[in-house]
Amino acid sequence: MNTTKPADSSAVDKIWRFFASVRLSVVLLLSLAVTSIFGTVIPQNANPAVYERKFGPVFYTVFDALNLFDMYHSWWFRLLLCLLIANLVVCSIQRLKSTWKVIFPKTPKYQPKRFRKSGGRLEWPVQGASPEELKKIYEPYMRKHFANIRVEKRESGEGFFVFGEKGRWTRLGVYGVHFSVLLLMLGGLIGSIFGFEGYMNVPEGQTRQTLSLKNADQNRKLDFAIQCEDFTVSKYPSGRPKEFKSDIAIVENGEVVMERELRVNDPVRYKGIKIFQSTYGEIPAEEFTLQFTDKNSGMQFQKKGAIGDPLEMPGGSGTLVIQNYEPNFHNLGPTYMGRLDRPGEKAMPVVLALKDPNFDKKLHKMGFRRGDYWISIKDAELQEYTGLQITRDPGVPLVYAGFAIMILGCYITFFMYHQKMCIELIPENQDTRIAVAGISTRNRAAVKNAAKRLARRLEKMPPARHRPDPGTTQT
Amino acid sequence: MPNSATLLSIVTFIYGLAFVCYLAAWIFKKSLPGRLGTCVMIAAAAGNALGFGLRWAESYQMGYGYAPLSNIYESLVFFSLAVAGIYLFVEFKYKVRTIGVFASLFAFLAIAYASLPSVDSQIQPLVPALQSNWLIAHVITCFLGYAAFAIACGISIMYLIKSAAGSKQASGPIARMPDLETLDDLTHQMITFGFLFLSIGIITGAIWAEQAWGRYWGWDPKETWSLITWLIYATLLHARLMRGWTGRRIACLSCVGFAAVLFTYFGVNLLPWITGLHSYM
Ligand code: HEM
Repeated sequence: MNTTKPADSSAVDKIWRFFASVRLSVVLLLSLAVTSIFGTVIPQNANPAVYERKFGPVFYTVFDALNLFDMYHSWWFRLLLCLLIANLVVCSIQRLKSTWKVIFPKTPKYQPKRFRKSGGRLEWPVQGASPEELKKIYEPYMRKHFANIRVEKRESGEGFFVFGEKGRWTRLGVYGVHFSVLLLMLGGLIGSIFGFEGYMNVPEGQTRQTLSLKNADQNRKLDFAIQCEDFTVSKYPSGRPKEFKSDIAIVENGEVVMERELRVNDPVRYKGIKIFQSTYGEIPAEEFTLQFTDKNSGMQFQKKGAIGDPLEMPGGSGTLVIQNYEPNFHNLGPTYMGRLDRPGEKAMPVVLALKDPNFDKKLHKMGFRRGDYWISIKDAELQEYTGLQITRDPGVPLVYAGFAIMILGCYITFFMYHQKMCIELIPENQDTRIAVAGISTRNRAAVKNAAKRLARRLEKMPPARHRPDPGTTQT
Repeated sequence: MPNSATLLSIVTFIYGLAFVCYLAAWIFKKSLPGRLGTCVMIAAAAGNALGFGLRWAESYQMGYGYAPLSNIYESLVFFSLAVAGIYLFVEFKYKVRTIGVFASLFAFLAIAYASLPSVDSQIQPLVPALQSNWLIAHVITCFLGYAAFAIACGISIMYLIKSAAGSKQASGPIARMPDLETLDDLTHQMITFGFLFLSIGIITGAIWAEQAWGRYWGWDPKETWSLITWLIYATLLHARLMRGWTGRRIACLSCVGFAAVLFTYFGVNLLPWITGLHSYM
């Protein structure tokens, strides 16, 4: 027996209600926890060949289709995050609508019945003092210690209630926590859209402007250049690095605009871009001297060369190009690689190991290389470079704000609470019976203790004579 | 004056002794071993703190000078200290000694594991990336959180034992455990404390990573597992606060959460390809 509602409104209602459920948040939080595990047991962003060897072609295809090799950036992981955001926003709106009135009421309500029903009511008699007199003592005290107080006549018209309340705002703490989660996600999103992360190696004394991006085979040119004026590393006796740092300069339009010492854990910021001291190492000079030894006569020739420049071999026996450099080619140490084109033959690879000037000769002897000359490299001085990590992440301020709000919000939610206290002054012949009770929206145990402390303090105020004893709960 | 390594191996035995005392007090319902247990536990915690301080001083004598919170040995030593400290606070506040059985056991196991030969206890100089105050804040807060979760797990195990035994038991060791409501409440309190510190721990770690490498989050397995742990405890808190879960279900979730803590701490290092920032710890 459905009541007939407009179809679209009930659909919207349904969606709203779907996102307004805490069951959904519990499910989403757990799903995120469980799916995150995959990314820690399957290495992320590795080479496809590695995966294929490891999992075999069938699993490779399946895993790849599920984006398990880069799962934290996959559509389905992002979908879970979006659902979480929607859930959080809808839930918070829904709850705030009702809690706002409770948190900021026009006239706070105090219901004596609820205090009487709360467990742990403390009662004690005070002899020779009327409720009126006691009210005059307790009211200023309560005014000092509670944000809101109210004094009312008891229902019977005799005696008083003194109500006190504080910490109502602490109920907003949890919205702070949830807001901080939104800030973190928003900051992450902004970072992933507008930010980048890359590396740049700057040899000592040189200037560079282009970095290679981390998650793409691409380069990126900065608006300014970075010069490495000096690089130093100090070591422990064991050989471990103790500290390394670079003196860098920012160069803009040919002019040095900033000079700074760059250390590990102490980045340099310039125009929204952060520069980190990340690694260091050695790279070869771009220019070097090649030595050719005639296989038959032992005659030696030398020629200057540079990476990428074609070089005529002595005696017109071909053209040599040194193409690139590997810091550690097959454990040979620093190595230059190139190719030799001889007339009428296929191009031949040339491998020149810096540490072993006879390496090319050995290749000849083993028959891997033909030709009339053994080649080696001289004067290729290795240069120290400083390895910089360069990032831009405009989302960081939001994320840091999220961090601060999350800690604050968690603290408020867990360790502060909303409490209402009620002191009931009941006339008994010439004397007064006092009952103290507290209620709380969340932390009942803590409020019980707070009520105990309050009772102890009131009891010490004159004209008090008796200890409080835990009274029975009246229902 | 013994060196810190000797002192800490002695402390291992003192924790073991505290465990025996607490166990005897619980099983035989005697108050003397109970009071003795408390004294021994205090002695162990004091020795543990002294050993920690001594190691700090030794690192200065060797010319490295760093807070001893930078490898697995040192973090285990700190973990024991945190478990003992938090437990003693609970014991004094709530006057319950039965929890001491679990607390002293966890502290003992952690520090005993630290003295295994496979755990390197050498004082090693710090590589530059580890020379950061954020690292110190990160390790201290994470391990305070872990210690609170460990105690919460111990209390949850007591809850599960007690509730499985039912109300048949009018006397005997199980009946001497605190009542179910107290156990449930204590679990919750430990978890909120642990959750706050785990949150701060993850945050300080993120700030450190941002300072050292320019990214606050990189989905490395250790980071991801700490997030998984955080999500499990967040689920627990929501189930309790919003859906009114209590008792056995919360106790089970608390055990699952602590299993995640253990995996974050030890398990991740067993993954074969773990490298990078956290591989040292
Ligand atoms: C990770 C992301 C989180 C999500 C998706 C989430 C989601 C939710 C949702 C949907 C609700 C119910 C609606 C509401 O009352 O606003 C809720 C309630 C609550 N959440 Fe969260 N939450 C998250 C993190 C946290 C954290 C870290 C804490 C720890 C302090 C927390 C503490 C609470 C509390 C105490 C409530 C009850 C609110 C009340 O009594 O009104 N939440 N959460």
